[in-house]
This record gives sequence, structure tokens and C-alpha cells, in this order.
Amino acid sequence: MVLAEHTGMQVSEGTYELIGKARELASALGGVTEVVLLGRRAVAAQLDGADIVVSVEHPALEEYLPEAYEQALLEVLAQRSPRLLLMSNATIGLDLGAALSVRWDAPLAGYVSALEIDGGAVMATAKILGGKVLAEVELPGERGIVTVLGGAFSAAAGQLASTPEVVDVTPPAGLDALRMSLRQVFEADGGDVDISSADMLVSVGRGIESQDNMEIVLELAGALGVPLSASRPVVDAGWLPKTRQVGQSGLKVKPKVYLAFGISGAPEHLEGMRNAELIIACNTDPGAPIFGVAHCGTTVDLFDLVPELVDKIRG
Amino acid sequence: MRIVVPVKSVPDLVEEIELTADETGIDREYLTFVLSEWDAQALEEALLLKDAGGAQVVAVGLADDPEIDQILYTALAKGADAAVKIADASVAGLSGPRVIRTADRAALLAGYLADQPADLVVTGVQAADDLDGQLPATLAALLDLPHVSVAVSVVAAGGSVTVRQEFAAGRSHELQVQLPAVIGVQSARQAPRYAPITRIRQAQQAGGLTEVAVSPRAAGAGLVVRRMHRPEAAGHAEMLTGSAGNVADQIVGLLRARGLVKG
Repeated sequence: MVLAEHTGMQVSEGTYELIGKARELASALGGVTEVVLLGRRAVAAQLDGADIVVSVEHPALEEYLPEAYEQALLEVLAQRSPRLLLMSNATIGLDLGAALSVRWDAPLAGYVSALEIDGGAVMATAKILGGKVLAEVELPGERGIVTVLGGAFSAAAGQLASTPEVVDVTPPAGLDALRMSLRQVFEADGGDVDISSADMLVSVGRGIESQDNMEIVLELAGALGVPLSASRPVVDAGWLPKTRQVGQSGLKVKPKVYLAFGISGAPEHLEGMRNAELIIACNTDPGAPIFGVAHCGTTVDLFDLVPELVDKIRG
Repeated sequence: MRIVVPVKSVPDLVEEIELTADETGIDREYLTFVLSEWDAQALEEALLLKDAGGAQVVAVGLADDPEIDQILYTALAKGADAAVKIADASVAGLSGPRVIRTADRAALLAGYLADQPADLVVTGVQAADDLDGQLPATLAALLDLPHVSVAVSVVAAGGSVTVRQEFAAGRSHELQVQLPAVIGVQSARQAPRYAPITRIRQAQQAGGLTEVAVSPRAAGAGLVVRRMHRPEAAGHAEMLTGSAGNVADQIVGLLRARGLVKG
């Protein structure tokens, strides 16, 4: 069973990745693929990789609200009894996965990058410790929950040309007695440069160490005439605005060249830039996970390399 | 408003992570442990709520987390009103740092909170070594409290809090959540404040940690770790060698070849 995610009337790419994997697992276990659609029955037809779409409609489900989704999902899980529930490892998965694990009494594997059936057992590979360690785990028992890293599976595998059957589930009474409400939706701030349309990006991570040091990478970006982007820690520290964040909770970029300085390459960041045409990574740690996706790399210190680059570009 | 901030220590990711001989866990003996970065953000957000007026902040850690004393004293030095160390009464007698699953951690905290309820629990949305799920949602489910994760702002509003929840690509939602509630913080409204070493030492000398023992409810059967390993660098990078000047030349060459640099 897959929880569908959507923005407006558009089903997310991640949903198709989960559906594709669900179909593969269903095939191995001799089951069917069901997709849970909350508050968006109108987009059921977009879910053509599903055998069955399980729909719950209620005003509280109009936009994502943690408690509303949790109540609705518990009702669906009780009625449909899936073998496995798959969700993304982004906001919704971080909100709901562990809570459902307690309330549905099912083991949960998070940060999953691989998932398969091995001799009847559900085996998941989780990327933990900033992507430095892979843990191969088994989810024992009759049910399980898996939250999956974006980009782990193929979206194409989740898109077939078929029309799923739609099953309507009555919304549970709990949706009329919620302890939270949605007051306002904020769309992305359009004022700043759009890093997802840049041909090249100079991107900086924790390795820059301080806000004062940001000057040197700003200078490089200026010399190249391209925007400066960053991984999450730099944005969380307030050194660059959110609009410059590359990664799972920021923007996905696919420039011709991605220059990464002092970025270790945690899975959530890689998700945002791994498809760049040429990735050049500079990190003093030869074991940094970024070198697993970079085309070229160097362990020269960015504080030595960046000024050299600026000199040579300026000629 | 009584705000409880569960904090935990995790291996410092800057270091090389070694595995145990049987490859089912990480070798913790020579690792450096630091406060989980998201818990640092959560503590800051709690302190901001306190700064705004009328809140009491209690930092809570587990006795079996490495370096937890230092972490709790630092929280006091930053402005927390109290710090509590929870010992697991069911494993009394075992010594040494041990791996604590999220499920077990939540069970201990739930036991403490059942006894000493909080109006608001604020903790990091996740931690680098979460294998079986994240703490805020697990804890909230055990306590049957409303919860919101990936929060970037938590502001008091009478008997509720206004929370900004963040999604991908710059979208966010503003929610109103009735108290008591559990919030998983992604980042605070400002960078975590600094506690001078002198203040941390004062806190250590004053010795203000409260120790409690809790017998947790048994948590459900969890994941079985079959094997841990490091990722093989698939499509490994071609490493550029030489001095900074040599490497810079090579990179500029690559950019020129793509017409991205003039000359």
C-alpha cells in the first residue's frame, strides 16, 4: 500500500516511485497494489499504476494536516490490512511513519534506499549516519511500514496505462474532533533567483564553517556569474535563504555543472543534485559520501582551492 | 507553560565510522559523541519560547547516552531551568554505552512524562542514527498527543501553539495545535545560542542534574539488523590530484570545455 502525495492537483513524482516498487513487491508476494488517496478523489485517474485506489474524502483532508492524515490512514489500515505501507521519507513520512508504527503495531524502517522480498522476508536497506552506513534490516511479522528516500526507485515503473478501481472508505469520526487546524499555506518565495534553472551552481556546505567565510564562495559564484546554493546546514544557520537550499526539503536541481564545496553528501542532499551532468566535489574527507555521486573530486582544502579558482577565472 | 526538551547524543559524523566485528552495529568505543544537531535546534526553539515569556524549559536525557552529562550541563548553561537524567530501571547493573532504539527511548520518556506531564514537548525532528523511526511521532503516539514534525517555528498562543511546518521546494503550512502537544523541530527561528565554557563549568560545579529511574513499558518487536556496511562508492569520482593551483587549473579546464568560462 502506498500513500499518495500531491501538490494541488498534481501527484508527486515520489508517489510513482513508491507505486513501482509496490508493484514489484506485490508481484513477489502474490498481492495487489493499493494507493491511498486522501482528500483528492479527483486525481485517482492519475494513479494508473495502482490496482486499487483507496479514497477517503473529508473537509479536514483538503490540505495535508498531520492529525487528519493519521486518523484517515489508521481507518484505511484497519479496513484494508495491507502487508506493507510505503511512504516517502520527507515531511509526511517523518510526521506519520513512527506514529503509525506505534498505533498500527508494525515495525518501521526509515531512510530506505532499497527494498525487496528475500525468501518471504521483507528486507530493507536504510542509509543512516549521514549516508556513511547502510543497515540491512528485516521487518519481522505480518505487517510493516517503510519510509523511502526520494529517488531510490524508478518512477516509470509506477506508471502504467490502466484505470484503477476506486474504493471509497467512510471517513472516521475522529476527523470531526481534531486537536489541530491549518491556518495558512505559504508557497515558495518567488523573489530570489531560481537555482533550479541555473546552468551551473556553486554550492556550499558545512565545510565553510562560518558566515564570515561565505565571502569566498560568494566571490567565486560572482566570478562565474552563477548563483550560490547550499546544503541544509548552511540555510538552517541563516547564512543563505531557503530559496538557495538544494536537497530533499529544498529544491531539486539538474545543472550542467554542480560545484560542491564542503558538502559531505548526506542522502537528503544527494536527492537534490545527483542528476547534475557534471558534479565536482571538494571535501577534505576522502570518505565523504558526495564522492559516490561526483564525477570528479578533490581533497584539497576549499579555503586553498576557491581563491585559486577565482584567480584563474578572472585570468 | 512547562516545556520538556528530550535531547540525545549521536556519533560525530565528521569521524570515520567503524563497524563491530560481526557487522551488525557500529563500533562505539572510540567514537566522539555530540548533541544531535536537530536537538540543538529544538533546545534553541524552546529557549526562544522561554525568552518570549512565561515558559519553563526542562532538558531531559537518558543516562545511557554517552556524554549526556555534558550535554545537559550545556543546556543549563544556555538557559534551561532544569535538567533531568533518566535511568532505565529495567537494565540497572549494565554498564557502558549501549544502542537505544527510538522505540525504547520513547518508552522511557513516556514513562517520565506520564509522571511529570509537559504542556509542550519539543525535540529534534530526527537524529542521524534513527533506524526504527523518529522520536517526536513515536512519543506522541505513546502519549496520544497531537504532533507536528519538520517545524521551523513554534510560537505560544494561549492554550495552543502556532507551528510552521516545512515541505519541499519552499512550501510551508502554518498550523494551530492544541496543547499538550509534541513538536519535532527541523530548525529554530535563529541559530542555536552559544554557551560559554565558563558557564558550562559553573553548571557542572553547581551539579543541578536531577536523576530519575523509570521502568519503561515493553516496546514492540522491532527491526532485525542483519548486517551493516559502508556504501561502495558506485560510479566513484575521478580524484584530481596536485596542489590547489593544479586542481584549480584542471577544474577551470573542465568548465572552459563546456563553454561555461570565457577564454
